[in-house]
Amino acid sequence: MSYLEYRVKAIPTGFRKIFFMNWGLVLLLVAAAAIGFLMLYSVAGGQWDPWASAQIKRFGLGLALMFVVAMTPIWFWRNVSVVAYIGSLILLIVVAYFGSVGMGAQRWIDLGFMRLQPSEVCKVTLVMVLAAYYDWLPAERVSNPIWVIFPIILILIPVGMVVTQPDLGTSLLLLFGGGAMMFLAGVHWAYFASVIAMGAGGIVAIFQSRGQTWQLLNDYQYRRIDTFLDPASDPLGAGYHITQSKIALGSGGWAGRGLMQGTQTRLNFLPEKHTDFIFTTLAEELGFIGGMSLLVIYLLILAFCWISAAQNKDRFSTLLIMGVGVTFFLFFAVNMSMVMGLAPVVGVPLPLVSYGGSAMLVLMGAFGLVQSAHVHRPRGVLR
Amino acid sequence: MKPTTKSQQKIWQRFSRRSLLIGGVQLGFAGLLGLRMRQLQIKEADQFRLLAEENRINVRLIPPERGEIYDLNGFVLAENEPTYRITIVQEDAGDVDKVLEKIRLLIELSDDDIARARSEMKRSAPFLPVTLRDRVTRAEIERVAENAPSLPGITPEVGLSRIYPLNDIFSHVVGYVGPVSSRDLERRQDDDPLLRIPRFQIGKVGIESKLENGLRGRAGARQVEVNAVGRVMRELDRREGTAGQKLQLTVDANLQSYIKARLGEESASVVVMDCKTGALRAIASAPSYDPNKFVRGISYNDYNELRDNDHRPLASKTVQDAYPPGSTFKMVTVLAALENGTITPEDTFFCPGHLDVSNRRFHCWKGGGHGKVDLVTSLKESCDVYYYELALQVGIERIADMARRLGLGEKHAVPMSAVSSGLIPDKDWKFANRGANWLIGDTVVAAIGQGYVSASPLQLAVMTARLASGLALDPQLIRAENGQTKLRTDFTELDIDPKHLKIVRDAMFSVTNDRKGTAYSSRIIADNARMAGKTGTSQVRNISEAERRSGVIKNEDLPWERRDHALFVNFAPADDPEIAVCVVVEHGGGGSAAAAPIARDITLQALYEGDPPLDAYPPKDRERIAKQQREIRAKMPDLNAVRKARV
Repeated sequence: MSYLEYRVKAIPTGFRKIFFMNWGLVLLLVAAAAIGFLMLYSVAGGQWDPWASAQIKRFGLGLALMFVVAMTPIWFWRNVSVVAYIGSLILLIVVAYFGSVGMGAQRWIDLGFMRLQPSEVCKVTLVMVLAAYYDWLPAERVSNPIWVIFPIILILIPVGMVVTQPDLGTSLLLLFGGGAMMFLAGVHWAYFASVIAMGAGGIVAIFQSRGQTWQLLNDYQYRRIDTFLDPASDPLGAGYHITQSKIALGSGGWAGRGLMQGTQTRLNFLPEKHTDFIFTTLAEELGFIGGMSLLVIYLLILAFCWISAAQNKDRFSTLLIMGVGVTFFLFFAVNMSMVMGLAPVVGVPLPLVSYGGSAMLVLMGAFGLVQSAHVHRPRGVLR
Repeated sequence: MKPTTKSQQKIWQRFSRRSLLIGGVQLGFAGLLGLRMRQLQIKEADQFRLLAEENRINVRLIPPERGEIYDLNGFVLAENEPTYRITIVQEDAGDVDKVLEKIRLLIELSDDDIARARSEMKRSAPFLPVTLRDRVTRAEIERVAENAPSLPGITPEVGLSRIYPLNDIFSHVVGYVGPVSSRDLERRQDDDPLLRIPRFQIGKVGIESKLENGLRGRAGARQVEVNAVGRVMRELDRREGTAGQKLQLTVDANLQSYIKARLGEESASVVVMDCKTGALRAIASAPSYDPNKFVRGISYNDYNELRDNDHRPLASKTVQDAYPPGSTFKMVTVLAALENGTITPEDTFFCPGHLDVSNRRFHCWKGGGHGKVDLVTSLKESCDVYYYELALQVGIERIADMARRLGLGEKHAVPMSAVSSGLIPDKDWKFANRGANWLIGDTVVAAIGQGYVSASPLQLAVMTARLASGLALDPQLIRAENGQTKLRTDFTELDIDPKHLKIVRDAMFSVTNDRKGTAYSSRIIADNARMAGKTGTSQVRNISEAERRSGVIKNEDLPWERRDHALFVNFAPADDPEIAVCVVVEHGGGGSAAAAPIARDITLQALYEGDPPLDAYPPKDRERIAKQQREIRAKMPDLNAVRKARV
């Protein structure tokens, strides 16, 4: 069912839309970002420079983006989904061929004021295009093999391009996010069972291929797996991060050592403590209470998404909201498991908290879509 | 509001069920994270707090010693020396201005040093050390150490730095190191924690860069106990790293120093290759630069001087520059014709001084012509028309194929920077790169090594070594790693009839030993060291018809950069070749006058492993050579002063 079938008149118009936004969600996002500012301030030794002030500016930009996206009708976003998806693929091609020229590495396009990571943009556009696809697809065809292959291709194109960057973490996030979308859309469970079985086979193959001529992953990726399985084997490389991260986390205790009092994160040479490993600082300085608070805020954000989806009867909107929720969940779940030593070290930031432009803007844009779906949800009965 | 069809209804229910399931999974996982946090932060908190607070254990890296580089005989080309530097930690210093003022009284600090340190401090976190000055003297270190209590945040540190005892002799081969830059980090997919040490030295150019991974070694680690401000209190555990690989090169420092001195101020390059193994005994390009200046941080003035010099000291001419090979390419053309059965050595062509091909006149270097020319005469006197005639009959594809068999147009795998593949053109190449069809005139000029054809001095040396040995030799630069030999010996025979190779070798012998040969004046008369070679003179400008009529301008009357390149390739001893030599003098004039004498001196120097006896030279040259030898000895560095490793 689509917007053509509901009474457009019942939907708020003009600036009145602002009152119909999901303000609880906005507050939660601000709360999570505020924790981020505090930690960046603390990591810099009690200074707004170099990180916290820049992060506040970016969050401001992100909020503005969210409002703009939220004010735009959801059917507009549905109609541009395919264009957005293709646009993000073009951006990925651009980084692959031109990103390395100039000073940027393969993952970025330098926009001057920030570095845009197309792989981040892709996380949202993939969710959008899959939601639009299942909105368009008649319900009885959802599990038809031909109509299952198409979304798989939609998922695998960006995954393949991101893997070659190489960025294993983001590509796995894309894969899981896309898979969850298909699952939610109602594709028969047997497909998922067989993919999981194949995945298990693939993991075996990856380990078997090591050292052979057909080796599937880069050496550094194997090293990361090794250190994950046995951090003691390489206490200087990535294992160093995991060990130090655990010590810092554990020494935080109940209430932590207090802001700017964290010795471990400050004395130790953790180079990514303001980005991927920022949770370590949080947990050390604010303790179990601080860490749990952030986790609860994240869960509440998910809950708001989930409730908003349950209230919504438009198929595109519900799929989109759940998809954004799942993407958000994958972000923080992977990052937290990594710093707690439950997952290998992959470069995934802590959403809204880690220092960085692309992920922040893209997430805020995605929540703008959730807001738009919320504001423009169908109300009343069918004509 | 209800879904309209049955299947829509079904899918809607499925969505609700599945979103419930996904919500559950998310909640469950969050619970797991919470439990893990509880385990680390509450259950095991005491243990971690002990680790963190009471011991404050910190893992510090021990940088490994970078592998040394030796020559064939063990003379050290690159080694490490201890250096001292002064660092400051903003956070511990408190009032940075005051501390800086105090330290300026103790050690010499320029305004530049201060400005650089300040900008570095602004960019980095306050608890990270920032270097104030590198390479301070021992006396300065002691002064700082004595005053340590009044200098909070200041620490003297000791480290190793690279030094190249032979200065400019091997700069293009060995290269140099410098502090890691963000570009290095991007270029190398490398997560070695060593690279995160500020100012860690990493190879930038040459072998230092190409074999970086082996030379660097693996980091060691020490666990140390630090106090509240991060100062090391005691060492708890230490694990040594692995030092970098020690490399022994095939080059001979004696020979290379001689070559550098012999070339003097010329813009030139020389390659000496072993004809049995392909090992490079010397690979020198002149002028050169001092790599130590780059390690220490070269000044703008020095760098601009190097960059703007028209003799291009920074260029590694032996591998990076490709020149038109000129007449040294004639061996390729003649072999292509012999292999194809187009000619026999006895066949002759008539040279009137030029040849007209499709409305264009191609000139021989000798205006009056050579008359009747056979194979040996054509090489000996370097007649061009003979090769124009061959070109018309053999065609570019066969010539290009022969060139490739002799190692031209191929990027040889030597661990040096910017190795050029040169260019052996053919029809496909021209169509793809110039968008035009191949013309017969292109073949004619290619046959004498002009036009599109180009080759690096290294490639010409490989070509000569392959001609001389009949083996498909590849150049080798690494003799051993950590004492284990790396020399390849598994070279196959060339796919060329040995009889034809013999014909060409004999013709090359007459170039240097027959009274009418172009390099007769550069002959060697010692019977066990006779050489065979070929001169080449490659034009860098077009000679107009008008100029030809009024007489071609002599090289001496042209500005330096418009003069011809002088080339010479040779092998020796002629009957059982040991070495192949290629000499290229940029804008040196004629090959026989500018390049061949240099090649002779180098050949003798290499065969006798030092100054040759004067009776190897023709009698009338001896007096001049004796004087020249004395002058060169005076210019060469004293190798006895250089440390010699046991190899």
